[in-house]
Amino acid sequence: MMRRLLPRPALSISLFLLWAVLGNAASLASLLLGALLSVLLPFIVSPFWPDALHIQRPTLALRFAARIGWDILLANWAVARRVVGPVAALHPAFVDVPLDLRDPFAATVLGSVVSLTPGTVSIDVDRERWVLQVHALDAPDPQALVREIKQRYEAPIREIFAC
Amino acid sequence: MLNFAIESGFVLIGLAMLLNLWRLLRGPDITDRILALDTLNINAIALLVLYGIREASGAYFEGALILAAMGFVATVALCKYLLRGDIIE
Amino acid sequence: MNPAIEFLVAALILLGALFALLGSVGLARLPDFFTRLHGPTKATTLGVGAMSLASALYFTTTQPGLSLHEIAVMMFLFITAPVSAHLLAKAALHRGKDDADQ
Repeated sequence: MMRRLLPRPALSISLFLLWAVLGNAASLASLLLGALLSVLLPFIVSPFWPDALHIQRPTLALRFAARIGWDILLANWAVARRVVGPVAALHPAFVDVPLDLRDPFAATVLGSVVSLTPGTVSIDVDRERWVLQVHALDAPDPQALVREIKQRYEAPIREIFAC
Repeated sequence: MLNFAIESGFVLIGLAMLLNLWRLLRGPDITDRILALDTLNINAIALLVLYGIREASGAYFEGALILAAMGFVATVALCKYLLRGDIIE
Repeated sequence: MNPAIEFLVAALILLGALFALLGSVGLARLPDFFTRLHGPTKATTLGVGAMSLASALYFTTTQPGLSLHEIAVMMFLFITAPVSAHLLAKAALHRGKDDADQ
């Protein structure tokens, strides 16, 4: 029943939040219109993604989002310190992270998360070998970085989307 | 206190934009210049939001939103041009 | 305006401006393109993020009604920053490869 009424719950919720935020949650009428649109629009756009992933673990997704927010703060602190510190002490490196997930959308999420967090920018996802190429600002130990990305970000993403 | 913060904010972001301008002029590669333009754009958004607080007016927010959208599209278009223009030669 | 909220708004503004500056310092100072990519993708995004939060807090407390639309700018930047960084990196790699061919 839920599935038929809301084919994409996550999309509906994000649409509604975006509507509320852009309209400053001004009036009940505008919120109702937003709610109506967020129920209707997923029906129109769902043929665009015939085999889209569903969030299987919503509470884990929320906790993961909170952790990323915290990591972004830490990342900024770490990058800021390295930016004003001596340039010669940096160990910039390209690192290949072999992936266990096998879904383009999940890989995009992982790539974005990696780009926003500690000293790493994702460069490319090789969809043949499923390798995420990452550039690290300061990685004296690339293997530790690979382990961290896999444990800290990839494992929760795989659990959330069950892929 | 708020006024002091706002004025210092203007100074800090102004300095940031000067540094971006320096990188934009210096290069050395086109990709550096695009990155500098993108950063200049993001700093301009921050400046607009800050100006909105100073003038206590919500109108500047609309400008910030447009700048955010246009800046992203411009960066993507420039990168795509670099990627595809080279392929066609 | 409540002094505690005024303090919070001022702190957020200073934090945002400081991170925007630090990101730009990285862009100006670091030695090659890929290291330069790190400053703007993180620091400036957080800079604008903190600034937007300050603005949302300021307008919500000084004017009638909620002011949440600043959050939309913030979300937009957090979604687009990795995409532009990714495309810039791809363009740079592509150009590097061409230089090696010549």
